[in-house]
Amino acid sequence: MPKREFDSDDQTLDKLVRLGRRIQEQLEDETADDLEIETPVRSRTNVLYDEDEGRLKLGDSTSTRKFLNMSQARKFMQTTLVASKAKELIQQGSTASIRELYYQLKHTIEGLDENTFEDQDESNPVVVDLEAATGTIREELHMFAETKGNLFGPLVINDAGDRIDCMNMGTSGLAIPSIVDHYEFEECNADYVLVVETQALVNRLVEEDYHEKEDAIIIGAGGQPSRGTRRLVNILHGRLDLPVYVFTDADPYGYYIYSVLKSGSMSLANQSDRLATPSARLVGMTMEDIEEYGLHHVTENMKGKPEDSGGPTKDYKRARDVKDYEWMQQDQWQRQFQKMLDMGVRVEQQALASQGLEFVADTYLPEKIENEEFLD
Amino acid sequence: MEVEEQEGEDHREISVAEFFEKNKHLLGFENPQKSIITVVKEAVDNSLDACEQDDIIPEVQVLIDEVGDQKCRVELRDNAIGMDAETVPKVFGKLLYGSKFHKLQQSRGQQGIGISASAMYAQLTTGEPVTVYSKEEGEPCNRFVVRMDTEANEPEIIEQEEVDPEGDEFPGDQDYYFDHGTSIEMTVEAKYTRGHHSVKNYLKHTAIMNPYARIVLREPDGNKIEYPRVANELPEKPREIKPHLHGVELGVVMRMIENSDARTVSSFLQQEFTRVGRKSAVNICEEAEIDDGRRPNTLEKDEVETLLNAADRTNLQNPPTDCLSPAGEDLLLKGLEKELNPEFTTAVTRKPAVYGGNPFQVEVGLAWGGDIADEGSFEELRYANKVPLLYKKSSCVTTKAIEGVDWSRYNISQSGSRPQGPLYISIHIASVWVPFTSEGKEAVANYDDIRKEMKLALQEAGRKLGRYIKRQERKEIQEEKKRKLTSYATEMGDAIAELAGDGDSEEYETEIKRMVQKDYDPEGLK
Repeated sequence: MPKREFDSDDQTLDKLVRLGRRIQEQLEDETADDLEIETPVRSRTNVLYDEDEGRLKLGDSTSTRKFLNMSQARKFMQTTLVASKAKELIQQGSTASIRELYYQLKHTIEGLDENTFEDQDESNPVVVDLEAATGTIREELHMFAETKGNLFGPLVINDAGDRIDCMNMGTSGLAIPSIVDHYEFEECNADYVLVVETQALVNRLVEEDYHEKEDAIIIGAGGQPSRGTRRLVNILHGRLDLPVYVFTDADPYGYYIYSVLKSGSMSLANQSDRLATPSARLVGMTMEDIEEYGLHHVTENMKGKPEDSGGPTKDYKRARDVKDYEWMQQDQWQRQFQKMLDMGVRVEQQALASQGLEFVADTYLPEKIENEEFLD
Repeated sequence: MEVEEQEGEDHREISVAEFFEKNKHLLGFENPQKSIITVVKEAVDNSLDACEQDDIIPEVQVLIDEVGDQKCRVELRDNAIGMDAETVPKVFGKLLYGSKFHKLQQSRGQQGIGISASAMYAQLTTGEPVTVYSKEEGEPCNRFVVRMDTEANEPEIIEQEEVDPEGDEFPGDQDYYFDHGTSIEMTVEAKYTRGHHSVKNYLKHTAIMNPYARIVLREPDGNKIEYPRVANELPEKPREIKPHLHGVELGVVMRMIENSDARTVSSFLQQEFTRVGRKSAVNICEEAEIDDGRRPNTLEKDEVETLLNAADRTNLQNPPTDCLSPAGEDLLLKGLEKELNPEFTTAVTRKPAVYGGNPFQVEVGLAWGGDIADEGSFEELRYANKVPLLYKKSSCVTTKAIEGVDWSRYNISQSGSRPQGPLYISIHIASVWVPFTSEGKEAVANYDDIRKEMKLALQEAGRKLGRYIKRQERKEIQEEKKRKLTSYATEMGDAIAELAGDGDSEEYETEIKRMVQKDYDPEGLK
């Protein structure tokens, strides 16, 4: 593999060095009696919904991480380790998964019965912290998460000099990596992007040659979409001006996935300008589909307890939470959640198989898209 | 406790043996485990009292051998002033003979029934007489073998001789030679045990409260334990006082009338009681509607009762308190420190107070950490007139007082209302008349005035301990912080130099450590 170099590298290095210099200055300042790193607050209290742009944004609150504060000292130390490792990766032209990063940095601290990182749950948030503190993203820091999600469709990508024809990827498709910014789209004959929640339904569509028949780019999210998947959807829309349709189960979790793709997530609110796709619309499932396609007998009961009998818990709780999101207040969405709560049922994408295996590809999706029956 | 009823028409003498048998449980001889503790307790209490009476720094030795199934030979030695040949047989051969009975002075022996009961017990359980050696300074040593005539309650001397203290017959080891003192040997039915209710624990408790005494115990297996002396000053000797009208009992007054040479009720009250002047005496008599000029011995029992009730309604000054002899904070601390080797001790001696006409004084000592094991709940050391109380803890006022304190305020965790942690709490009540819950004299009654004093003392000591624990905790946190952050500095020096692109990582490491050191504040002043 050639060296991994990104356009952003110089800028990222500069940001990291500046962080180092700030600490250095405090060390050389005789009057300074503590070490501090300023970072934007990433907790929910500092997450705002920008109605005009249709995305979550981080507010202006910042917090100061202090080394001589016992509850912050360990994280402070860890941040310096991750930052200096990021600099090394960029300079070497290599990348590392966040799991590799964890193993690279983990060791016993001299003189203590303590490791630099006890597990990956400790190093992952430090990476996010460093992203926020330096105003970078992990991909720019040459770090990436595990690969998740796949793509099929009439699209030719140039990936670091290699040509990938996504129409000829067999039954497994193009595995979507964590870093996609460097992709160049050489050819595109697609009319739209279809993001599908479950891998099982992706397999069904591919078997029916849906991407070929309908000129669609199919992206399988495999549940909650990874950062790479979200970024890829974002640039497919941004660079190729393709409409994005999302296809999930009609349940609180499915609609939450849609909300993340569309507006961004709380924990990555600082990056929703590059991860969220506000124009994405939901093609299905909807609660009305139950009536429309006669799916009553294939609905599933929601898990947990409703509000009026000791709840809400589990599905009922999540439905309540998503229903209350500021960006889910339009009547059409409120109606979905209300129906869900009233009926106490959910319906999966695969329930459409009750109408025949090819029904979803032959009838359901083409009809809905043709008639522009979307939730937005 | 009285052998015979003093009044009443149909009084009859009961035999001493019968009396003993009936009152075994009150005397502390209800079972072989407890009996050996009682034998040791009576002797040790007597010895300490006797030594203090004559300003002698006490030396007490307890030697116990097993001589058969549930049978022990006990040898008890002290260095008190000793007794002459006249006194020895009476003390050991006549139940309830003693100088302390009915005397209003704070003493240990007031609690028990004297060594003669032990001798009685020995005689009844093993049939063997008691051997006593006693020597006064500059006098020869007398050896007696005494038994009790249980019909007549009179001593019966079996053998008597003068022995050469340095000769072979004088008891004991090489390390024992006193110019004066007493040694008692008796064989009793007994079971030597270990644990909370044991001779060893009794002596340990005694040693804590009496750190000016040297006490040696030789257990049946030959194991020798020394409780060393760590103070060479005796506490202030208690003064004898006359009773106070507000605390005196009817029977006692009746006896006082019999023994008094006062010619009028008024002068009887003034002579025999504390804090009664001419004016008070007249007031009391007026209140009782009794002629203050009557001869005291013409008063009927119900008239005396009327008189006492009248006295209760009359304002009298509180009794003087120099009759009390507390251990004092210094000795409390020394005792706890030498036997427990704790990390922290504190002690509080309250000012004397009065309950129902009786002066009393409360002392509290707390010992924390160090060699004290953290076994969950705290350990309690209870004392009445410097004598350890081992039994009936739950009904004792000390326990109620401890449970009435909110220990969590002093950074001590609590389970229910009981403090937890490596903690010893000693509570001492000194009084001429300690109110026990029962004749067995094993627990102090839960009187409001006493409990309140104990609680105040515990709280005062608790506050001091609480401050110490807080300081320690803060110190530990600071130590831990310094240790961690210093180690982090090693990690960060490299990382920062690397990140900034220049600079000396070792210099940064040193600089971070300097910041950590500057921040370190073990006293928590910041």
